[in-house]
Amino acid sequence: MRRETILNAVLYLAMPVAAALAFAMDEPFLITLITRAAIFALAAVGLNLALGLGGLVSLGHAAFFGIGGYAMGILAHHAQTYSPMIDSWIVIEGTKSMPVIWLVAIVTSALTALAIGALSLRTSGVYFIMITLAFGQMFYYFAISWPAYGGEDGLSIYVRNSFPGLNTLDPMQFFVLVFVILSAVLWWMGRLARAPFGLALSAARQNAERVETVGLGPFRLRLVAFVISGAVTGLAGALFADLNRFVSPTMFSWQMSGEFIVFIVLGGVGRLFGPVAGAMLFVLLEYLLSPLSEFWLIYVGAILLVVVLFARGGLIGSLAGREVAHD
Amino acid sequence: MTPILLIEQVLNGLQSGIMLFLMAAGLTLIFGVMGLINLAHGSLYMIGAFAAAAVAGWTGSFTLALAAALAAAALAGCIIEMVVIRRLYDRDHLDQVLATFALILIFSEGTRWLFGSFPLYLDVPAALSGPVRLPGGILYPSYRLLIIVIGLLIAIGLFQLIARTRIGIQIRAGESDREMIGALGVDISRLYTIVFALGAALAGLAGALVGAIQSVQVGMGEPVLILAFVVIVIGGIGSIKGALVGALLVGLTDTLGGVLLPLFFGLFMDPSSATTIGSALASMSIYILMALVLLFRPTGLYGRA
Amino acid sequence: MTEPLLHIDGLYKAFGALQATDGVTLTLLPGEIHALIGPNGAGKSTLIKQIAGGVTPDAGRVWFKGQDVTALSTQARAQAGLGRTFQISSLAMEATVLQNAVLGALGRAGSVWRFLRPVMRDAALVAQAQAALERVGLADHAATRTAELSHGQRRLLEVAVALTLKPHAFVMDEPMAGLGASGSKRMTTFLDGLRREAPILLVEHDMDAVFALADRISVLVYGKIIATGTADEIRADPLVRTAYLGEEDVA
Repeated sequence: MRRETILNAVLYLAMPVAAALAFAMDEPFLITLITRAAIFALAAVGLNLALGLGGLVSLGHAAFFGIGGYAMGILAHHAQTYSPMIDSWIVIEGTKSMPVIWLVAIVTSALTALAIGALSLRTSGVYFIMITLAFGQMFYYFAISWPAYGGEDGLSIYVRNSFPGLNTLDPMQFFVLVFVILSAVLWWMGRLARAPFGLALSAARQNAERVETVGLGPFRLRLVAFVISGAVTGLAGALFADLNRFVSPTMFSWQMSGEFIVFIVLGGVGRLFGPVAGAMLFVLLEYLLSPLSEFWLIYVGAILLVVVLFARGGLIGSLAGREVAHD
Repeated sequence: MTPILLIEQVLNGLQSGIMLFLMAAGLTLIFGVMGLINLAHGSLYMIGAFAAAAVAGWTGSFTLALAAALAAAALAGCIIEMVVIRRLYDRDHLDQVLATFALILIFSEGTRWLFGSFPLYLDVPAALSGPVRLPGGILYPSYRLLIIVIGLLIAIGLFQLIARTRIGIQIRAGESDREMIGALGVDISRLYTIVFALGAALAGLAGALVGAIQSVQVGMGEPVLILAFVVIVIGGIGSIKGALVGALLVGLTDTLGGVLLPLFFGLFMDPSSATTIGSALASMSIYILMALVLLFRPTGLYGRA
Repeated sequence: MTEPLLHIDGLYKAFGALQATDGVTLTLLPGEIHALIGPNGAGKSTLIKQIAGGVTPDAGRVWFKGQDVTALSTQARAQAGLGRTFQISSLAMEATVLQNAVLGALGRAGSVWRFLRPVMRDAALVAQAQAALERVGLADHAATRTAELSHGQRRLLEVAVALTLKPHAFVMDEPMAGLGASGSKRMTTFLDGLRREAPILLVEHDMDAVFALADRISVLVYGKIIATGTADEIRADPLVRTAYLGEEDVA
């Protein structure tokens, strides 16, 4: 077995094992922390499709994370206040059902990604970075200035939403739910990278002219990748909001977008498990460093700088060697 | 709305636009000459503001404060160019984004550590704290008027610098053909440091000038940075003229949108929903402007195709 | 007279003051190899891009299979059946040789919107790709990373990818470059047979190959076609001799 495969297995199992240990030691806070890492990983796995496979450096993925979060917040807010969401010629009620919320989060963030992608993919390179960053910021300001759903203060949801057959308020059960979703998405992303779409998308990253010359359109490939990518990050946003039982404009903030990229790069660009490794490392750093210093992000910045300047393969690259899989 | 109020808002839009120009000009120069996207440009803006606030606190002199802002930001620019940025010129945009994102974390937390989390205040000098009477009987804060004048002077100076001076010729050569300026015997790494420090100084000055109107706090730079990106996307990368036009467009749209949109919706809505919808839309107006430019001119108004 | 498959009709393209393409008209007939030669800077690359996509002419038309393709994208021209190889290899460098060829087969099949089953387990696509690699003699390198190929081998892979598209006409930009003497000879034999599948518009610097292969030769100088004819006619053409061949050693 290749070293990266072993490492992936270790990374994959680290979360449930740690959660089980925390459960055995009766440390619900730790389970919540691990769940947080898993949700961040999911968000970054979504971004990694666009960034890693497609070469699209989106600095605006917080837009989708936030939209997923607000999809949850708005639906649950109406359900908990027993007020219909839309009450005109058609009546739409809120809901506390996770599957419905997830579906809405996925669809709304995919549609947003379609609009942002259709505009920003007309450009490339540094323009694309600046434009995605700007559109992300647009949602941030919009969320702040729109008072109906809490404005700057955000929305609190009193009780975590429900999933048939589970007690989602139990940290362990909620973790398992998140972990199953993360696993399913990872499995799909692994398949996607090797599927016809993945080959064409990856070729478009390496050489757009080549893809055109065989009669395929790089723009449409990238747009579809961007939409799937945004939808996955949106789903992560809905889960994140449910974890905290709270949404606020900070989910839309540019720092959030930056952190998603940081997860990918800390873990290793172009690796399926890179975002997982990076998100775990980030949450671990936060857990270990934040009690030591109020200014722990300085250390994160320094580590990140060292990784970018001197250890470009990230965690997985350092442990499993430089070569990225090509089969 | 009275014409006087409108003119006042136009002046406010000009003022915020011209400050954006100081940010965007540096960013676009750095991108045009070195091909680098610098997220930490907002940190240099913050450094300028903090240096000004600190020196004004010690000496009470606003002039010294501005000088300190310029010096501190230029110095910080030199240092990060030589220690970090220089290693990024040959890297891809992703590495540049990450390394400069790391710099933001370091600068923001470092500043918080030095100055604390509470905002500092930089006072407008007493001589400039009152209004001036403009033709037509308009009263306008003299400090804001001064900012517009300073910004315009710097814009003119910058155009002259690039059109007339030796370093300007080198900058233009560097934008069109990087190998050639090396072949001409120009010390590229020195040129790059100078351009970076120049951009940094402009950002620091903007931070200090704006800091006297708003508060000086950690995180003040990034919203301005993102606005400057919008300016560059609208104006076209690498174009100083585009940066100026884009900055004024963004400044005016943002300011006037915030005032006019609620009034517009007030024409056919009750006041409270008009304010709500109007200000929410106003918060999106510059991004909609950017989207329109992208639809019709993906390379920006003055960008090269 | 047979209907031309590719008909370039009065193309003009200027970059500023430089008239890169100056009223070029030429045709590609079924079954022929039509070579386009000319000194460096004659505007061959610009012309190729107007034919295969990438540069829009200022004036003139490109007809392919009776259809006006002047305004079509590179992608649409490829779909219409124009197989192109590049002077500077344009390949997915991190992918394997086989993956590059499969990408071609995938483009031809148009079945890119599949998100689950591994493409390398699609027997039909892989068989087409492998067949193309075998024809150019790259089958042994199927699993090699493309970046590790020599320049000549990359040229072969370019041709192989074009083959997977089963095009109706080829536009090849210097397929012999970097192949060496024996490789060049093999490629010449290969192209000689290939013309029966689809005609080839061949831009080439290797004059031995050009004179051995071409049914017709057109000479491009300063954006203008100064002569078109058989190898013998071109050798004898006084304009060509002074403008171009006079500077080079012609066998």
